[in-house]
Order: sequence, then structure tokens, then C-alpha cells
Amino acid sequence: MFSLLIRRVAQMVFVMIGISILVFLIFFATPGADPAARIAGRNASPEVVAEVRKSFGFDKPLPVQYAVMMKRLFVDQDLTSFVNRGEVVVPEIMGAAPVTLSLVLGAAVFWIFGSIAIGLIAAATKDSFLDRLLMVLGLIGISMPVYWLGEIVNLITQSRLHDSWIFSWVPPLGYTPLTEDPWLWFKSLLLPWITLAILYIGLYGRVLRASLVEAGQEDYIRTARSKGLSESRILIRHALRTSLIAFVTLFGLDFGALVGGSALLTEVVFALQGVGRLTYQALLDLDLPVIMATVMYASFFVVFANALVDILYGILDPRVRVA
Amino acid sequence: MVRPALGPWARAARKLVANRAAMAALGLFILIVLACLAAPLYADYIAHTDPFSSNIDGTTTIDGQDVALVQPSTEGLGLGSIPLGPTWDIRNFFLGADAQGRDVAARLLYGGRNSLLIAGASTIICLVLAALTGLIAGFFGGITDMLISRLLDVLWAFPIYLLAISLSIVLISHGFSIGPIEITSGSLSLPIFIIGIVYVPYVARPIRGQVLSLKESEFVLAAKGLGVPDWRILWRDMLPNVMTTIIVFVPLLMAINMLTESALSFLSIGVQAPDASWGTIIQDGQDLIYTRPWVAIAPGIAIVLTVLALNILGDGVRDALDPRAKLRIT
Repeated sequence: MFSLLIRRVAQMVFVMIGISILVFLIFFATPGADPAARIAGRNASPEVVAEVRKSFGFDKPLPVQYAVMMKRLFVDQDLTSFVNRGEVVVPEIMGAAPVTLSLVLGAAVFWIFGSIAIGLIAAATKDSFLDRLLMVLGLIGISMPVYWLGEIVNLITQSRLHDSWIFSWVPPLGYTPLTEDPWLWFKSLLLPWITLAILYIGLYGRVLRASLVEAGQEDYIRTARSKGLSESRILIRHALRTSLIAFVTLFGLDFGALVGGSALLTEVVFALQGVGRLTYQALLDLDLPVIMATVMYASFFVVFANALVDILYGILDPRVRVA
Repeated sequence: MVRPALGPWARAARKLVANRAAMAALGLFILIVLACLAAPLYADYIAHTDPFSSNIDGTTTIDGQDVALVQPSTEGLGLGSIPLGPTWDIRNFFLGADAQGRDVAARLLYGGRNSLLIAGASTIICLVLAALTGLIAGFFGGITDMLISRLLDVLWAFPIYLLAISLSIVLISHGFSIGPIEITSGSLSLPIFIIGIVYVPYVARPIRGQVLSLKESEFVLAAKGLGVPDWRILWRDMLPNVMTTIIVFVPLLMAINMLTESALSFLSIGVQAPDASWGTIIQDGQDLIYTRPWVAIAPGIAIVLTVLALNILGDGVRDALDPRAKLRIT
């Protein structure tokens, strides 16, 4: 067990180093991309570009630049933005993280309960009209671009029906910290939560239904049935438990990716200043230190979620523990 | 040689044709493709408009009256402008005009061509690359497998959107030049390649796994025992066996690629002006969302319909070829 843990941690570290090198290469070694020219602006003279190159340290060899950046990010933690000079990167991310966490955690609550409900109902009424309807709705949910859905939600709740009783409670776009006003925090995040959750409700509901139906043909379900247990008890206590294994895997990966910044489209549409939006802004400005830090932060969550999934696997499925 | 009455492919094709939902989806998809291909016909012969040139001062005739395509805003401070809304007249600004006075309906059809082209081409690139890496890693094993698998691990842990956005931002601002290959910054091949690359790990992994188990199968061992060269085993024995997986991925991957392209274009780092795609039109409509919502709604509906058709078709193809395939990409 202990050696497994060590191996897992070593693997995490390896993947994160790999990602940091990849990001570094994308921005510094892509043919045609010169960060100094980019920072100096479009019509800068060669002297200005050379000046920028020297003052940002772009004239040093690539491995040296990489090592300096990593040292300042992780050891000294004094890495500053290229664009807003003097702004330290690490606290900036720490400031944006609660917004993203609020968004993703709330959406996760919706999508866990929503998809389990849909999966159970569809599996229990297999091949009925209700089952088909739920599955088609799920597919539509998967097929919608999330930013477009967000704009439609804004159109309805901020403009068209904002003056009617249904949506008059919707606050203007933006984020209010939980500690400042919990009720306003909830109100301003409710619609982003639902918007972000719809894709995953569709996806997970369909996956869950498929694996519940598959579990229905297993021997242990036949045993449960022959014991005379009720259908609903079989579905919830026996079939659902095994089916949740696939569910947990998906959840870990998606949750990690979203907290890491993949929720950026939702953040952009609902004007939430989270990590995704911070990353996107940094990417547009080619603000490499911020990009480096946010991508490292993102990959940490993805890799960590992966490891967590492996552990949860063992708890849910005793067969894995032996192997 | 006598051909068997029904091979596995023919059986799968029959099963697919019998699937009414999948056939309806295929019909819808073909209809959308044809409509987009007919974009120049629509623009020239029905709407009589040039959807790519700015026409801010233009006018059009509705019910015998001249109407400006873009009017100064009368709401609020009177700043900004409001384009013509939908006329619901198929011959004349069916969906209205955008902020530059261009016909939205015609742009929608032209944009669809790019969206479909990028989704299709990036799917082919992704599948070819994934098949190559999966086959090579699984078949040769050892250090080759280790290098490829570790690289895929790294790509896997890199959130897709961040990777796609990073590549797009660097490449789209400068273009790409390596040796004799030079791609200008507005070229459609940039989003095609970027989207084609980012999903490779998701397809390569299942293929590699399949090759690993195929390698131990008796017909491969027999071929090896007979001294058949490696490349021939790969081509004649391995590839046909992983082909079902690859084909099952086609519609699903195309659906995902279409969504990715639209997201990149929406963030203004996908298709570049003056070209349009459904994503760029949604972005054009973002500023008009409260005044002229149809500019953004219409391309969104086009995306939903196309992606939905591809997803239903993908379900059908999977049921016909390989019902137990566990595939997932997002």
C-alpha cells in the first residue's frame, strides 16, 4: 500500500513537470512565436524588442528561463505578472479560486442529484416513453454549447422576463463572496450552477442508465430478486452501488478539470472572475507567469482528482483492493 | 473464393439502417450539410446579398418602404446602434442583419460550411494520429510504448480547453512556420490541426488497450510464427480489428470537435474574420443579445441540431458495431 502511494505521488509529480514543460514550450519555442515581440507590441522597433528581451530575461537559454520561472513560482513564490508588473501571481490565483470553487461545487450538487434521479427513473421505466424522453433530453443537454445556453439564460432572466415575477429576484451578473452576503451569493450563482450542470446531468444520467441496465443482467441481481426483494430496493441498494463506480470515475475527472479552469466559458458568460477567466485573460495578454501558475494549478487538480478516483474505486469495489 | 453471405460489416450496416432514430439523424445531418453547401446559391439567387462586406449605411425595402439596415439606438443614452431585426421573409434578411448590416441568414449558411469543415477535417486528423500512436505503442511495447504512454498521460492531465486555447493563442497571432511549411494566421487549417491534436489521447488509449489484448491472440501469434513482418501484421491483422473502434468514434468525435471549434471561435481564437463560423456569429450576437437576440440564437440552434444529429447517429453506429464499447470524451 505504501509503495503504491509513493508510486502514485511520483507519477503525479512527473505529469505536472511534463505539463509545465509543455506549456513553456508552447509559449517560448513555437516557431514564429516571439514573446518579446508580443510584449513590445505590434509596431515596436527592433531596439525596443531587444530591450524587452533583455529585461524579461528572454535572451537566456530556454532551460535556464524555465528553471528560473519554476524556482520563482514554487520556491520563492514571488513570480510577478509580465503585463501588470509588480502583481504577484500566487495570491491572484488564490483570490480567484473561491469563485470557481463556489461555481463548480454548487453545479456538482445539481448534477449529482439530477443525474442519479434521471438514471434511476429511466432504468426503472426502461423502454417506456418516459425513458426515451429523458434520454433524448439528456442528449440535447450534451449537445448544447454551454456559453450559448448561458447567453439564452441571461437573455431571459436579465432582459425579457426580468420584470416579471418569475425572474425579478435575479441579481445583475457578477459574484458576491459567501462571507459577505450568503443569500446574494446563492442568488447570483443559482443560474450559473444550473447552466453548467445541464451538460453533466445529461451525460451522467445516460451513463448511469446504461450501467444500471447492464447490472440488471448480472448474477447478483438475480440472486437479490430470488430473495424476494422489491424492485426499487434491488435498483437502489444493489444495482446502483456497482453502477456508481463508473460514475465516480467520470465525476473525479470532470470535477478536477472544472475546478482547474475548464469552467471558463461559464465564467466568461456570467461575468464571474474565477480561475478560468483569469487564465483566459492571461492567455490573451500572453502573460506567461500567470498562465504557468494557472495551468500548474489546473493540472494539480486534474492529477489529484485522478489519484482520488483510484482510492474511491477501492472503497466502492472490493475487487480492486485485491488486485 | 466464395464470399460469405453477410460479413460483419454488412450485418452492422443492416442493423444501422434498421435503426429509425439513427437514420432520421443521418437525414437531418445530410440536410444541414446540403443547406450549408448551398450557401452561395442562397446568397446570390434568393437573398441577393453579400454576407462578407460591411453594409452599415445600406437600406432594404420592406413592404414598399426603405428601412436602414443599422439604425442609431433610441434606447438609453442613444449610443450604439441596432441592426435590422428578423423579417421572417426568406428572400430578404430572414434573420435580420448583424451590427455591420450583413445578412445573418446568409452568414449562418456560410459559417456552417466552416464549422462542418473544421469538425470533419479535425476528426480525420485526430483518428489517423490516434490510430498510429495507439497501434505503435500497443504493438511494439517496451520503450516506445513507455514514451508514447507518458506523453499521452501528460496531455490527458492537461485540461483540453486550456491546451486548445494555449495553442490557438500562440499560433493564431503569429501563424506557424517550420521549414517549407508556412501557415498564415487566419488560415482554417490552424483550428483544424489544434482541435485534431487535443483529443488524440482520448482515442489512442482505448486503441492501445485493444492492440495489447490482440497481440496475445492466436492469429497474431500464428502470423508472427510464420515470420510475417511487423508492419504487415499491423496493417493486415491489427488495423482491421481496431477499425470498429475508430468508426464508432467518427460521429461522436465530430460532435465534440464541432462544440470545441464553436467555443474557440466564441472566444475569438478560432475562425478569424472575415471568415465566419457558427461560433463567431454567436460572438457577433453577444453584444446584441438583449436587442437583437436572433443573431446569437440562430447559430446556437444550428449547432445543437447538428451535434444532436451526430450524437444520435453515433449511438446508432455504436449499437450496430460494438454495443459494449465504452467511449467517452468531453
